Amino acid sequence: MPYDYTPFPYRRAPGLDGPEARHPVFIVGAGPIGLALALDLARHGTPSVLVDDNDVVSVGSRAICWSKRSLEILDRLGLGERAAEKGVGWKVGRTFHGEEEVFSFDLQPEPGHKFPAFVNLQQYYVEQFLAEAALDNPLIDLRFKNRVTALDPVAGRLEIETPDGAYTLEADHICACDGARSPIRQMMGLEFDGEVFEERFLIADIEMQADFPSERRFWFEPTFHAGQSALLHRQPDDIYRIDLQLGWDADPEHEKRHEVVRPRIEKVVGHADFRIDWVSVYTFQCRRLTSFLHDRVIFVGDSAHVVSPFGARGGNGGLQDVDALGWRLAAVAQGAEVAMLRGYDRERGFAADENIRNSARATRFMTPADGAERLFRDQVLKLAAQAPFARGMVNSGRLSVPCTYPLDGPDAPDLPMGARPGTVAPDAPLGNGWLSERTGHGWLLLAIGQDAPTVEGVKALTLGSDDVLRDRYLGDADCALYLLRPDGIVAARWRDAGAQEIEAAREAACL
Amino acid sequence: MSLNTHPNIPDPDDFYAELLAAHHGLSEAESHALNARLVLILANHIGERDVLRDALALVREAG
Repeated sequence: MPYDYTPFPYRRAPGLDGPEARHPVFIVGAGPIGLALALDLARHGTPSVLVDDNDVVSVGSRAICWSKRSLEILDRLGLGERAAEKGVGWKVGRTFHGEEEVFSFDLQPEPGHKFPAFVNLQQYYVEQFLAEAALDNPLIDLRFKNRVTALDPVAGRLEIETPDGAYTLEADHICACDGARSPIRQMMGLEFDGEVFEERFLIADIEMQADFPSERRFWFEPTFHAGQSALLHRQPDDIYRIDLQLGWDADPEHEKRHEVVRPRIEKVVGHADFRIDWVSVYTFQCRRLTSFLHDRVIFVGDSAHVVSPFGARGGNGGLQDVDALGWRLAAVAQGAEVAMLRGYDRERGFAADENIRNSARATRFMTPADGAERLFRDQVLKLAAQAPFARGMVNSGRLSVPCTYPLDGPDAPDLPMGARPGTVAPDAPLGNGWLSERTGHGWLLLAIGQDAPTVEGVKALTLGSDDVLRDRYLGDADCALYLLRPDGIVAARWRDAGAQEIEAAREAACL
Repeated sequence: MSLNTHPNIPDPDDFYAELLAAHHGLSEAESHALNARLVLILANHIGERDVLRDALALVREAG
């Protein structure tokens, strides 16, 4: 069934009838990133005004692969289980060269995690779930059909246009979550740095009743169209997503026509019994802003950095931006030093570089330049069918996993590497629930196999050790203390520590 | 371990002959492709990033 794009309610903004009090946080763009940020701030007790120039969710599937980390972040906003239930889980990826299957991979996650490695779910569902939660939240003032037309980034003054006229508003912090073509970024005259890949892709959502497995299928040099690559994913509601790479000289308007799209898709799926739901043509770049902080404006998600779609690093990267920003911005709005936001810029700049590096490498593998690049790419594909080592070099996108932030908090290096400072605290089963449900709400001291010292402003969670906790948190040690930030990132860890050391590590982690 | 540039293959003339034989009858493009596969296979066998980096530096210098 096609998705029902019901508009959200438009309400007259208070600023049209008299000046509004200065707001602590103003968010531009009610896509997945802006909505998630508003909900995350509300979770930390900080109100926000969130505007969007439109009043419906995004059209077409757009971001579809949501990572385990994104599901954990959505879970803290109350939406993880809903997204995982609605989504299609998948773990097998098949890679083809022409018609031949070169190899397949299995993302079978190890047991003992609340969420799977990935679920596929159309972006419009994620936006719908987030928007419903935001409309229900008394700390979020969500204003549809409100478009920012001008801003003073130093004063924090905005001009906003609505169907009922224009008004002005002031805010301490302005979060630009307004996407890859960010109007706020353009109004401020800020430029992206990085590579532009001259590649065009055609995306189609098709609806079909098919007995087709829930797999990711990727073709290099497919036989069913002239471009370099193709990708097929299954989504909920019997919707399948197909990405076909086009030559740079392709005419997008011609390629988008259903009579041109249909025969190709018939070749992909092997029959003509489907309905085309949505077709679009996109190009991509691998670029970022040098800094995500400019005066009172904070860039979050695609407005700050853009990547190619292979690797699912756009939407997932944006949600991790929200994760790194929410607790800091809430603290600043409640009186902490504004310098605390520099940690957001530092960590997410590091992550953006990692995402761009991965995404640019995948793009180069898919569309090698003539000469040596093409020669090696083709021979890697040729070898992959016979020699296992070459499969590791086949790059159809390295799927999003959270990066490890370069933190220098106290570390006990003989504890497991997978939980060192800078990593997301690994999930584990906990009674009838999960450790990930207990982390990421505020500062948390995880005491495993010992009592937790009392530290002001830090909640303690004391756990006995079991096999999973030993594997993920202890290694050969009998006991350990882990200090987790409000985003669930490990800030510091010790075999044993006193309250003063822990307090000092917490203060250092806010710089 | 660093890159070994001293003689290391017993019977180097035999090896050289086998290398040429592997290319026998191939077009220039096919030979290039074979060499590329050979580089990938040997690089994987060596498996040490330092050694490979030294080798890449040496081929750039020697070219």
